[in-house]
Amino acid sequence: MICQQCEEREAVVLLKKVEGGDVRVLHLCEKCAAERGVPESEESAKTPLGAFLAAMGTDTTADSPLSSGAALAECPGCGATLQDFRRTGRLGCATCWTTFEGPLRGLTRRVHGATRHVGEFYVRPGAEPPDQAAQARRMREQLSAAVAEENFERAAELRDRLRALE
Amino acid sequence: MIDLTLLADGGIGWIDASGPASALVLSTRIRLARNLAGWPFATRNSSADREGIADAVSQAVAGTDALGRAATFRLDRLDVRDRRLLHERHLVSKELAGLGGDPVPVGAALLVQDRVGAMVNEEDHLRLQGVVSGFALEAAYAEVDRLDSELGQRLAFAFHPEFGYLSACPTNVGTGLRASVLIHLPGLVLTKEISKVLQGLAQVGLAVRGLYGEGSEVVGNFFQLSNQTTLGKSERDLLDHLGKMVREVMTYEEEARAVLLRDARAVIEDKVWRAYGLLRHARALSYEEAMNLLSGVRLGVGLQVIPGVGFYALNKMLVHTQPAHLAAAHGVALDDPSLAVRRSEFVRTLLEDEGRRAG
Repeated sequence: MICQQCEEREAVVLLKKVEGGDVRVLHLCEKCAAERGVPESEESAKTPLGAFLAAMGTDTTADSPLSSGAALAECPGCGATLQDFRRTGRLGCATCWTTFEGPLRGLTRRVHGATRHVGEFYVRPGAEPPDQAAQARRMREQLSAAVAEENFERAAELRDRLRALE
Repeated sequence: MIDLTLLADGGIGWIDASGPASALVLSTRIRLARNLAGWPFATRNSSADREGIADAVSQAVAGTDALGRAATFRLDRLDVRDRRLLHERHLVSKELAGLGGDPVPVGAALLVQDRVGAMVNEEDHLRLQGVVSGFALEAAYAEVDRLDSELGQRLAFAFHPEFGYLSACPTNVGTGLRASVLIHLPGLVLTKEISKVLQGLAQVGLAVRGLYGEGSEVVGNFFQLSNQTTLGKSERDLLDHLGKMVREVMTYEEEARAVLLRDARAVIEDKVWRAYGLLRHARALSYEEAMNLLSGVRLGVGLQVIPGVGFYALNKMLVHTQPAHLAAAHGVALDDPSLAVRRSEFVRTLLEDEGRRAG
């Protein structure tokens, strides 16, 4: 169907307009709809996740998550795989975040423009506040791994965090 | 039928229009996504898990200041009209109320007390929310932060040192914080500036949605502006950024209104008074029509063209003319043919009272 306003582009938005007691239905293209104040469609707003999820099934280049080991892994916490995540767009449990750390880091970078939480730090009831030495040790291990993988962006980030911690 | 008298103010204290900038901003709402450590997320948990989560939450809230006196509703035990009513009050999402196509999730619950609430067994185990009147990000955050701190001491939340609070969907990870401001922008719509403003907001990382949030239509020129990202910025920074942008939008809206009055005063006066006349005298109103007319009257009141109508009354009309609210008030079904007539009666009576009050 063609947009009823510009009569040029394909209509993708259905706008219900109320005039008096009548409800008039208008088929509009994205541009004309935006002019009338209709926000962009949900799909386009969610593009980063949608595009990433789609790419996870088709992309076979070296840095695709499906070509890495994580693609074949099953989460020990809930049995979910990356394929499950791709299908539902939802993770199965908290452990998924560790199991699929690598691909998820790539995803959060695209969705949020960041990979690291900088907000409030949560300490579980009864748990000790985070042990700095253990945290630094873990970071040094991650740093070595990042260098080995030639993931220099990640390595630089870890180096900065280590400096801040120490 | 649910007993809403259980709620001190029906869970919609914000409608009294007592908050800052209430002429433009109806409410400020902040939600935090939280999951409990040790339980699978919603897509992979069992009915027993979900009941277990609901139990764990209700035990944890007992004795808290924030939710210790909460009214609890099990959505999976309510009929469709009552679920819709809670959704119309913005207390539960479409999904939790089973209105999005799928049935109500097992163990779906709502706890609500004063200005805070908790949805249980939504996409995340917990969606905590704080809602206040007008444009008040700090106040809304203070409400939900207090609830979050109390629950976080009683329940173990799923948290990762790098990713922060863990969520089922990666779009919510980190702070889990989504702040939204429900704002009325008729001036920008009438001057056709709205698309530019909305595009600008998208570029600075804000999401724009309709009256009922994600996936909902824009009705009555009401828009929900919220932060799009949740990771990589502190809670304060997310709120500061949104606050700055909302203030800019408010300035644009005020400028648009000034332009309308300067260049088209007669047209605008006619438009808002016609809207008032219809609401004051019509004998049947559809929901859509009422929303659009209310938008016109709200603009007229904001421009000080229409005297003697308060924003509290306008908010009341907005809330109580929704289908499930009317149906529940009159004890009829959602599709009852009398709703349009009852809607016009409600609006007419309120406007008459306002007129008398203003003297």
